[in-house]
Amino acid sequence: MLDLMSGFIVELRNAGLPVSLTENLDAMEAVKHIPIEDRSAFKYALGATLVKNASHWRAFETVFEVYFSMRGPQYRLPDAEELSEDELERWMQQQMEGMRDRSGGSGDDMSPEELAEMLYRALMRGDEAMTRAMARAAVGKYAGMEPGRPVGGTYYLYRTLRNLDLDSLLEKLMEETEAEAPAPLTDLERRLEREEFESRIDHLKQEIEAEIRRRLVADRGVEAMAKTLRKPLPEDVDFMHASREEMVAIRKAIQPLTRKLAARLARKRRNKRRGPLDFRSTVRASLSYGGVPADPRFRYPRPHKPELIVVADISGSVAAFARFTLHLVYALQGQFSKVRSFVFIDGIDEVTHMFRGQEDITKAVHRVNTEADVVWVDGHSDYGHAFEVFWDRWSSEVNPKSTVIFLGDARNNYHSTNSWVLKEAAKKARHVFWLNPEPRSYWDTGDSVISEYGTYCDGVFECRNLRQLESFVDHLA
Amino acid sequence: MSDHRFGDVASVRDELKEVEYLADEGIASVVFLADRLQKPILVEGPAGTGKTQLAKSVAEMTGARLIRLQCYEGLDEAKALYEWNYKKQLLRIQAEKASDDGSTDWDQLHDDLFSDEFLMTRPLLEAIRAEDPVVLLIDEIDRVEVETEALLLEILSDYQVSIPELGTMEARQIPLVFLTSNNTRELSEALKRRCLFLHIDYPQMDREKEIVLTKVEGISENLADQVARIVRSIRQIELKKAPSVSETLDWARTLVLLGIESIDAEQARETLHILLKYQTDIEKAAKELAVEAR
Repeated sequence: MLDLMSGFIVELRNAGLPVSLTENLDAMEAVKHIPIEDRSAFKYALGATLVKNASHWRAFETVFEVYFSMRGPQYRLPDAEELSEDELERWMQQQMEGMRDRSGGSGDDMSPEELAEMLYRALMRGDEAMTRAMARAAVGKYAGMEPGRPVGGTYYLYRTLRNLDLDSLLEKLMEETEAEAPAPLTDLERRLEREEFESRIDHLKQEIEAEIRRRLVADRGVEAMAKTLRKPLPEDVDFMHASREEMVAIRKAIQPLTRKLAARLARKRRNKRRGPLDFRSTVRASLSYGGVPADPRFRYPRPHKPELIVVADISGSVAAFARFTLHLVYALQGQFSKVRSFVFIDGIDEVTHMFRGQEDITKAVHRVNTEADVVWVDGHSDYGHAFEVFWDRWSSEVNPKSTVIFLGDARNNYHSTNSWVLKEAAKKARHVFWLNPEPRSYWDTGDSVISEYGTYCDGVFECRNLRQLESFVDHLA
Repeated sequence: MSDHRFGDVASVRDELKEVEYLADEGIASVVFLADRLQKPILVEGPAGTGKTQLAKSVAEMTGARLIRLQCYEGLDEAKALYEWNYKKQLLRIQAEKASDDGSTDWDQLHDDLFSDEFLMTRPLLEAIRAEDPVVLLIDEIDRVEVETEALLLEILSDYQVSIPELGTMEARQIPLVFLTSNNTRELSEALKRRCLFLHIDYPQMDREKEIVLTKVEGISENLADQVARIVRSIRQIELKKAPSVSETLDWARTLVLLGIESIDAEQARETLHILLKYQTDIEKAAKELAVEAR
């Protein structure tokens, strides 16, 4: 048990979760109080002590599945502590084989039609135990898993799902519901029914995935499996390659980040040391003490109101990053009183007004993408031209109070760089920063001219994931 | 260690149910563990999912007194831990002067001044000194500054408060401590390490339905089911603020008051403003619900 736990925790750390020694000890203490056969309580006990961030829960769940998937109530452990290690292993092996036989057997016995029919019934009734059994059978039948085959779990998942043809199943379920309903369904009811079935089918998919994972663990062993399933935590996901789901998670995380930025600036204001003596007010206050200046008054420094100017590249090469950038800009505008935002490809346009007063972020982003006039010649990035126009038209906006942030990969398609714009901007503005979504090792390769721009900036930051963005925010505040 | 509050996880769940709080397995396990490990629980999650209610219900369930500390920006020691009642202290000195001509020993007076009599307890100290069982709720901990968090560390890990003039006060009994956070900022590692972490998300549809059934009087099973389904459907739309459990309950109550037995799209649209708080959200949801199923 101890070995298993320490392996589990090492894997969690490998997956990037910060598990401290005290938390480790807490977890050990916690599981003492939980009967081991109560699998879900066991899981929550570990989760409560080891995972301190809701966005890490997914990663934790995956690792847990892999390490403790054989330990559900149906495969009850005979008092783990009493067994010696190899006894335990042998026992686990038996369990796994038993499982494989059982499920494989039941799956093979059924014809595809029978299977489909039973699955259909299970989904219709929303019977969970039945769904799980069907998932198991389906994997046994369709996944075609062979021991030692070096393919990933997604391959098996794809094979299984393709054979089950869930889309038409959904249609069939809907048809039947409509046929059985006493009165014709209203649109609302139809929508609700459909969602119900969709969630059941989602559930089935999860079961299938879990089943495949279980079998792979049995085949390849725990460590190897945990390694292949390792996914980056939300804060480590690369913006450029983020999937749809990951993008949603990232977007959620941006909001607190901008709030943090604003809060930090506000706090700095309050903690600022006192300013010089305010003579007038001190004399005025001294009147109440008979002319003795008992209560010295100070002139407090004027609070610094940061103004932000964001200039973002939204060309194709950084499309994924740009989408994220726009979200960031939107979030920033909610927090700062003065933000001017500009987007460019080879032309440049101001988009501040598109974000302002627009409560729906997706709409705002859509407007930017369709309405902003950012194409000058051919729609390939031309930083030089964009910057030149920016300086011609908006240089008066840059003043000693403003912080200018450029976002882009500085891939200029070998046009002239016009880096004098940044030089001028750096002279006038309070700060000039550059955030580059490319890995540092790619900088200055090919047509990237980041270091030429970078010389005039107060800081050039690699900004590929939330963690890096956060460290930038910390730097800024 | 014999006087545990709960026997096992299942009993926590059942007892919570008796006070009309429907806990899922995660919540019950963590509450159970908090008692066993004597650790505070840090509850996190979207607004209106019953974080504060959990603490209240646990207090009710164990028959304990609930002591609540509402956090806000600028909360300090004097408001959270204790304060010396300096007015009373001044009076005491004055009284001393009046009674005799200042001949009393200063040391003794000093000892007198910093004694229990002049100590004003604030929620945290009160929880530590309580004789009767208490549940301490530190609400919206994410609202205080990072520096103020440190104030809590001693009480959270050792259940004691150090007062320089009086020495260390240890808890007479270990209270159950709940901290809630809306996650507007990242809490410090030190704080997180000392707590059990519990994330309460929007409930599953079945659980939400049951919550509606227990909390709303006179609602029919059928309507509760519909409510839960529509709310789930709305949560899937990308909104500024998804409807919380408390808003679901408000909505269900409204429907009952209106005497609606089964919702149709029209009625749903007309009462949406109870569920959603932003005009854009309402418009969006109304549009989505009206659209024929995809």
